[in-house]
Amino acid sequence: MTETSLYVLQQLINGLTIGSTYALIAIGYTMVYGIIGMINFAHGEVYMIGTYTAFITIIGLFTMGVSSLPVVLLLALMTAIIISSTYGYAIERVAYRPLRGGPRLIPLITAIGMSIFLQNYIRLAQGSRDLAMPALISGGIEFGDPDVFEVSLSWMQLIIWGVTLASMTALALFISRSRLGRACRACAQDLKMANLLGIDTNRIIALTFVIGAALAAIAGVMLGLYYGTINPYIGFMAGLKAFTAAVLGGIGSIPGAMLGGLILGITEAMTAAFFPSEYKDVVAFSLLVLILLFRPTGLLGKPEVEKV
Amino acid sequence: MSDNLLDVSNLVMRFGGLLAVDGVNLQVKPRQIHSVIGPNGAGKTTVFNCISGFYTPTDGTIRYRGKAIHRMSGHRISLLGLVRTFQHVRLFASMTVIENLLVAQHRHLNTNYFAGLLKTPSYRRRQREAMDRAAHWLQQVDLLDFANREAGNLSYGQQRRLEIARCMVTEPGLLMLDEPAAGLNPRETAELDQLIMRLRDEQDIAVLLIEHDMGLVMGISDHITVINQGAPLADGPPDQIRANPAVIKAYLGES
Repeated sequence: MTETSLYVLQQLINGLTIGSTYALIAIGYTMVYGIIGMINFAHGEVYMIGTYTAFITIIGLFTMGVSSLPVVLLLALMTAIIISSTYGYAIERVAYRPLRGGPRLIPLITAIGMSIFLQNYIRLAQGSRDLAMPALISGGIEFGDPDVFEVSLSWMQLIIWGVTLASMTALALFISRSRLGRACRACAQDLKMANLLGIDTNRIIALTFVIGAALAAIAGVMLGLYYGTINPYIGFMAGLKAFTAAVLGGIGSIPGAMLGGLILGITEAMTAAFFPSEYKDVVAFSLLVLILLFRPTGLLGKPEVEKV
Repeated sequence: MSDNLLDVSNLVMRFGGLLAVDGVNLQVKPRQIHSVIGPNGAGKTTVFNCISGFYTPTDGTIRYRGKAIHRMSGHRISLLGLVRTFQHVRLFASMTVIENLLVAQHRHLNTNYFAGLLKTPSYRRRQREAMDRAAHWLQQVDLLDFANREAGNLSYGQQRRLEIARCMVTEPGLLMLDEPAAGLNPRETAELDQLIMRLRDEQDIAVLLIEHDMGLVMGISDHITVINQGAPLADGPPDQIRANPAVIKAYLGES
């Protein structure tokens, strides 16, 4: 293979990795929007809290002398999911539910306020400097011609793909097969009617926040380990990117969020491959502008049917 | 205590300066078809919205089986056995017909998470019962062949019938239908007529009906309440209502 094609392959691998984490975070935006029509701008911070929780758990386990890699990874993932879900639930309960039914601008402003609050709370509690996440998983496989270009696929990248695939499959099965998933779909289509049919819509709304937060926590743990450094501001950019992914795929649509995340990740990696890498954010957000101009419902979103 | 299933007394609903409902009383007896009629804008649907928990009434009381429900949220009211349809079809259009009926039985399936995860025998039994109930009602409304279609792809008349089936799987005590015959052709209206009467006779339920089709109303109602401009105008059996000069005046205007 030529150098260029190997290089493109490498970027595709990198893009797919970042893209799958965008997709995981984007689910949280899209599910909440699908049901109550609000953008939860504090969602990026929930992701950031997941990363911090994993960091604290890993350091804590190391100081206690636990060094078995699967145990550390699993515990880090579990605590991150539990703590982030609790935050997700609490945010909805405290900041959004009392304001539900008000004009659309109000929950939006609360969400931004919540985001600023959480960011600064973590900054005060954990300090604003970069923390180094211990490199738990190193190594990988390399292929290609050593003289031309060597493509590397790290174990961490493979784990990210695997975990994302497993989470997405679990979510898809939950939504399509389970009783609660069915109730979620019903709420997304007609919240008031679902309520009148005896579904406790407040519980379903809380559930979507919890599911979104859990998936964001999974993304947080993996991206933290992948990048190696964390700080209280990572939630902002990750949140914006995931939001872009959700809009790109069609906000409100779960397969759309998955597709949007992957497309965005690959686009960014390809941009970084052929242009100075600072341009990747420019291209990512230009994509958002273009999709809003030419296909506001996103790739897989259905046009909103006017309710008579 | 009275033997009324539903007791609405002195219901008042005000939207800002607009008095939409002013002192309406309704007494629905068990196993009766009770119709609410009145000219457009009389406040019939607002009364429905108050009863079903869509609106919280400004004043007055609503009792269902003696229990005050006018401050309850919609899902609590529906759990008590009071379900409704809307003037326009409100199905979950992109779910299948059978799923529409299963989602309405959410509360019947309400076991805890672990039972669901472990698929315990009682959980399985409830699942099966829900499925049986759904199939039974699909047969009742003649939609069994369409069980796996998307609800949004059904014809309008079929969607109307599916809505009624979706209400019935919740095993209600009082079924509230808001203009169920709107947009139906005469044959479909006649079928609906039969269906509603069958519900009253075979199931132990009362039906509260808003309808403009006077043929339907006069033919099947046991009792009629007339509302005009938010206020009660007349109340009685169909023959009485038909002969009531005030009702005729409200519908046809002064001569």
